[in-house]
Amino acid sequence: MPDGPLLEINAIDAFYGDFQALFGVSLGVGAGQVVAVIGANGAGKSTLLKCIAGLMHPSRGEILFENTPTTKMPTFEALKHGIALVPEGRRLFPSLTVEENLLIGGQSRRPGPWTLTRIYELFPVLAERRNLPAPTLSGGQQQMAAIGRALMSNPRLLLCDEISLGLAPIVVRDIYARLPQITAEGLSLVIVEQDIVQALRAASHVYCLQEGRVALQGNARELTREKISAAYFGV
Amino acid sequence: MIVEHATRSSRIGVGLIAIAVIVLASAPYWGDRQTLRLLAEMFTFIALASLWNLLAGYAGLVSVGQQAFVGLGGYVLFALAILFDVNPILAIVVAGPIGGLVAIPVALLIFRLRGAYFAIGTWVVAEVFRLLASQLSVLGGGSGISLPASMVLAMAPSRQIREFEMYWLALFLTLATLAAIFVLLRSRHGLALTAIRDNELAAQSTGIGVWSIKFAVYVLTAFGTAMIGAFIFLQKLRISPDTAFSVNDWTAFVIFIAVIGGIGRIEGPIIGTIVFFALRQTFAGLGSLYLLMMGAVAIVVMLWAPKGLWGMIVERLGWQILPLQRHLVLRKKDVRGKS
Amino acid sequence: MQWLNVIVQGVLIGGLYAMFAAGLSLIFGVMRLVNIAHGDLIVLAAYVSLIITQALGMDPLTSLVLVVPIMALIGYALQRGLLNYTLGDDLLPPLLVTFGLSIIIQNGLLELFTADSRKLQAGAIEIQTFKLAQDLWIGALPLIQFAVAVAVIAGLQLLFYRTALGRALRATSDDQPVAQLMGLDTRHVFAVAMALSLAVIAVAGVFLAVRANFDPAIGPARLIFAFEAVIIGGLGSMWGTLAGGIILGVSQAIGAQIDPGWQLLAGHIVFLVILAVRPQGLFPKVSG
Repeated sequence: MPDGPLLEINAIDAFYGDFQALFGVSLGVGAGQVVAVIGANGAGKSTLLKCIAGLMHPSRGEILFENTPTTKMPTFEALKHGIALVPEGRRLFPSLTVEENLLIGGQSRRPGPWTLTRIYELFPVLAERRNLPAPTLSGGQQQMAAIGRALMSNPRLLLCDEISLGLAPIVVRDIYARLPQITAEGLSLVIVEQDIVQALRAASHVYCLQEGRVALQGNARELTREKISAAYFGV
Repeated sequence: MIVEHATRSSRIGVGLIAIAVIVLASAPYWGDRQTLRLLAEMFTFIALASLWNLLAGYAGLVSVGQQAFVGLGGYVLFALAILFDVNPILAIVVAGPIGGLVAIPVALLIFRLRGAYFAIGTWVVAEVFRLLASQLSVLGGGSGISLPASMVLAMAPSRQIREFEMYWLALFLTLATLAAIFVLLRSRHGLALTAIRDNELAAQSTGIGVWSIKFAVYVLTAFGTAMIGAFIFLQKLRISPDTAFSVNDWTAFVIFIAVIGGIGRIEGPIIGTIVFFALRQTFAGLGSLYLLMMGAVAIVVMLWAPKGLWGMIVERLGWQILPLQRHLVLRKKDVRGKS
Repeated sequence: MQWLNVIVQGVLIGGLYAMFAAGLSLIFGVMRLVNIAHGDLIVLAAYVSLIITQALGMDPLTSLVLVVPIMALIGYALQRGLLNYTLGDDLLPPLLVTFGLSIIIQNGLLELFTADSRKLQAGAIEIQTFKLAQDLWIGALPLIQFAVAVAVIAGLQLLFYRTALGRALRATSDDQPVAQLMGLDTRHVFAVAMALSLAVIAVAGVFLAVRANFDPAIGPARLIFAFEAVIIGGLGSMWGTLAGGIILGVSQAIGAQIDPGWQLLAGHIVFLVILAVRPQGLFPKVSG
């Protein structure tokens, strides 16, 4: 096990054109750790994940993954490092079937415990629909497929962008119930959520973003409701 | 608050244009025959490129088939003159509306295609026109036809006067085309066009009838292109399907001019024509090598200076020769009386 | 019987048109790019075959072994070195750049080979014919060419829907950023798609060169045939493209039978009628 955190983000600024979305954000994720990033809409949570995955690049600061700088990494190299993103809104490939979506997740052939069979064990409903076009699945099933697709690359770090978005509470509970199986082999997780309850339950460490800044961070068990509310809404 | 169009540079620009027009109009008195022919050719290209620019740069309709209307105008002229004994100058005027009318069913058909497929569709239409023209044996079929000597002589008392008349006609047609485009762009519809040019989706969301504007612009452009085409072939005194509907002459060169000069800016085609003719005079002897170079330059410009030469100048210096910008001017009385 | 003959000839040349169209359709499907230089690249392939057959003494069909990889390589370099930079939301750059490319290729070929008409000789196979029925003969070469066209289209279908590469191509065309998240370098994926397109163009170009006279200027007409076949058949469907090519071929053949000057016009008219009456084409793929 290498020394130091798996992922280290040091004071990054991120811009969309002239609009600044992140101000000096710092964050760390240890090996095998589950970290939650919460915050209101527009707080910068998705931007943060995009920077980690290489979909955008911070204009200041640095990102280190397993002590290697990945700040300017092109998107397609994220997988090589072991970073996988479950994008906001699922974004399965509409021209592909469920199984093809999973297979393409694994097309880089990284070694590891996750195989097609194991994904189908984790999410049996996907096995039933394996040859159907991805868009025919329900929201919850698509979310499972998106998670499965990301897992197929055997990542070291899995980034989940708002997996509860648009899903019924019972479906959300169902998905979150499987997280322990996902992290069983030591996979690290960053969960971006608006559903604070699930996020706090799943994570050991929490960061709260407010208008692009880290307003609060700490151990999930230790933070009080009041502190979180204050940080979330910027009161 | 009022909307003003002029800027300091455009005030200078308008003055310069006025001087230029006077100089050009007097060219028969100081220029020789070759100069007049060259200038007339430049004028027709400025007109064609300006019309193409309106279509592609403002309405977002990229056509690689405008030669359809150039040739149509030419054939209308020859048909009217030879078959119906119409005065050639009058025939030019008639070619415009005929071009516009033909453009209506054409547009209804090819507007079903989008983007680059639309472009190829315009090419197919031009090919159809070319093939149909080859079938017209009464106008020379595949080998074409010349304007009868009697008609040519009837146009003017002497060759020199005829050439002066042709020159002034070219100048007039081009100025009229530019003026019409300018008036359109200054108008409310022009504002809509500029919006479409900048961001079509956003323009649509403000309630602008994008389809009908594009349709109107296509028809009007065909109108103008047909008139210019009629003039071009009147000057050449001879027409054939291959020359009338030549992709190289009426599309490749025109696009090159528009791209080099700057698409989406009214001054672009003028700059582009000057550069094109300067290059042509310099490299004339090279034949197909010249065309090859032209293609390469167009690619380089498209990738590295997509706004063309004039676009670069506008970005750096904010100039405009013609007062087309719109800026709000706050007057004292707008500000007074506010707390 | 004569009309049956005409239709059969039309069907067979339709296969060639379908091959012209397959490359165009592939690229449009994967990266929404319409390559205006498509027809000129077909002609380029014909000239490459000319050079190879002259230099190495091969017959044209054998030269495919070299022409296909050469054209594929050209396609990869073209996409990676030039066309990748034109991709994006704006319509003008890819259109104008490929238009410029078309001019460059035509005039480059003109400089190198002059405007002389050429034709490649395939040998005895060119005059061989089969008798199908009373008064109905089919040339061996057109038949082979049709069979190859069907094989190419079947091959492309197989590639797209049953291989990892095909998955990668479909995924990249669906959603470029997410495809990159899957570890796909989309610059490379697009370049492979172009290489594939040019490989198909290579086959089409060689068959064109054997079948008829060619010179540097005939590119644009091939582009138009390819385009018409795609639109008649319907966007997004390879088999539709085959049908479109056949319909175009048959239309032209019938037109030519009525009057030789009507050959091309007949094809264009059928295209325009289909555009007017069923603009989505005859067999469009239903968007998923």
